[in-house]
Amino acid sequence: MIYREAGQFKSTYASDQAIFPIVQDRWVVLALLAAAVVVPTALGSDYWLQAVLIPFLIYALAALGLNVLTGYAGQLSLGTGGFMAVGGYAAFKLATAFPGLNILAVFVLSGLVAAGVGLIFGIPSLRIKGFYLAVATLAAQFFLSWLFNKVAWFSNYAPSGTITAPARTVLGVMVTGPNATPGARYAVAIGVAIVFALLVKNLVRGRVGRAWMAIRDRDIAAEIIGVRPLRTKLLAFGISSFLCGIAGAEYVFLYLGSAETQAFDINLSFLVLFMVIIGGLGSVLGSFLGAAFIVMVPIFLANAPHALGLYMPVALQKQLELMVFGGLILFFLIVEPNGLARLWQITKEKLRLWPFPH
Amino acid sequence: MLSLLHAVFVAPFLDMAGAPTFLAEVLIGGIAAGLMYSLVALGFVLIFKASGVFNFAQGVMVLFAALTLVGLMEMGLPVAVALLATVAVMVALAFGIERVVLRPLVNQAPIILFMATIGLTFVLEGLGEMLWGANVKKLDVGIPDESFKVAGILLNKLELTAAGTAAVLVAVLAVFFQRTRIGRALRAVADDHEAALSIGIPLKTIWVVVWSVAGLVAIVTGIMWGAKSGVQFSLSLIALKALPVLILGGFTSVPGAIVGGLIVGTGEKLGEVYWGPLVGGAIENWFAYMLALVFLVFRPQGLFGERIIERV
Repeated sequence: MIYREAGQFKSTYASDQAIFPIVQDRWVVLALLAAAVVVPTALGSDYWLQAVLIPFLIYALAALGLNVLTGYAGQLSLGTGGFMAVGGYAAFKLATAFPGLNILAVFVLSGLVAAGVGLIFGIPSLRIKGFYLAVATLAAQFFLSWLFNKVAWFSNYAPSGTITAPARTVLGVMVTGPNATPGARYAVAIGVAIVFALLVKNLVRGRVGRAWMAIRDRDIAAEIIGVRPLRTKLLAFGISSFLCGIAGAEYVFLYLGSAETQAFDINLSFLVLFMVIIGGLGSVLGSFLGAAFIVMVPIFLANAPHALGLYMPVALQKQLELMVFGGLILFFLIVEPNGLARLWQITKEKLRLWPFPH
Repeated sequence: MLSLLHAVFVAPFLDMAGAPTFLAEVLIGGIAAGLMYSLVALGFVLIFKASGVFNFAQGVMVLFAALTLVGLMEMGLPVAVALLATVAVMVALAFGIERVVLRPLVNQAPIILFMATIGLTFVLEGLGEMLWGANVKKLDVGIPDESFKVAGILLNKLELTAAGTAAVLVAVLAVFFQRTRIGRALRAVADDHEAALSIGIPLKTIWVVVWSVAGLVAIVTGIMWGAKSGVQFSLSLIALKALPVLILGGFTSVPGAIVGGLIVGTGEKLGEVYWGPLVGGAIENWFAYMLALVFLVFRPQGLFGERIIERV
């Protein structure tokens, strides 16, 4: 009853094919976006911004990138951490080599560098698929992290091998470096996330997205109806790595402040893959839901015993956290293998019919 | 340019020819390391063949088995009793995994099952640490870790024992698969799930059996690794090293796992010793993956894997 589209007639193709064809959806999403931009920037506590919201947005962008590759184009990748590292290091090199360059331009350029690297490591996908490809992308992960560790040029010959984000401003506001306020960094992160989420949403609704899905569902059949596997797969690798690269740049510049190659290790790749699977393969909304889930669960688990008044040794708590985290992943996979996005879809269907059963 | 070519293509081979005993030692070290990878890869292959599950938890199963064995021995049990108890624990684990993880996820996409095994990895790692503590433990099952020389080449008793054990294990598995009733059922399931079901092979039992066998392989691997470098949590990372072994050998081939392991082990050691210094060393971490990647471009199904035939 609340959520009813009766009486909303579409008189043009454009209105019928809008991203949110239902009026209520449109208003809710717009209100949510406005709230997401304004409320935390103005009111959020530093802890929430720094420990929850900023990493959430960055992970969501990385998950979006991986979702393009794995969820839409069907190419399983375990090299996300490696591609994020390319973005992070490229952003560091660009920002220090060209101090006058706007930091947003630096992010986009480092995304392009990551896209180039992604294209190279995407070439084997033309011959191999499935888990064989997943293992092949691990080569990217290990090789890239070794490269950034070994070649001192990437960290500007810093003896510790650490890259540190220099201070940069956007429109006169300090957004990176140690003196940037969490609010300013959050504003950049959410701006980037909204722009690219919109971009991907439009991409996957169009010709490109359909080609990706055709390749995913049955590549030989797709080839026969005229989808070119070479271009389609490489495009997916390029765009996916582009998004992961930007996420990696943000990871260093907006979240960590300074990083070593260990920050981009294999666990990061798995974490982002978890977000995509838990959120929902082939869903833009799912990338965000999955990222929120994976960011929130460890924080919740770390604080739950205190809230319940239980006190336990730190080591035991760590082990329990690991077990509960693993158990929750199993639980969600068993209950809803199609992810949180699917749950949301079901809820929406139910809301449209409520209070009637059919 | 010429000196670079010389350094890459000539000098390493001259080094090899110049010191044959050293080369032999490097090769033997590589084979020993490769056997360990093979043993982990073997566990993967068994499970992948029978259930199509890409079991990332194999590495942590090795760790869990070794931890259980050490923990029980520290409680004062004799080696034989502790070993039997560990076998019982791994079989119980196989039952648990089948009931809790595999059965509800039957017919799901392979990637979902793969993710489930990563979730399982977290659970087992936390459980193992909670039960037995996080310290590095010495595993002593009575195999001496000493070296001796044969024809000027340094050999290690422990590594020889590991090689012998691996050979016996593979032989036993081959007999088990080829000659026993249940082995035949396993091969039938690996060939075609539906056909196997239709002639009355119980899938659930088969899954418990393969996960148990993989658990037993994990115990053997755990003992070998544990005796060599202590039981510690880095053991679960060897799962990652087993992956290039798998793609070299093919996901579905037991001999492939062994040969792949040997190729990766020796290739990695040779690369590190002779070509590593050129690029600053520590290439062991990615060398195997690059080898596998290049290899895959030419032979996508691995050395011994079944030919991938695609139909629309």
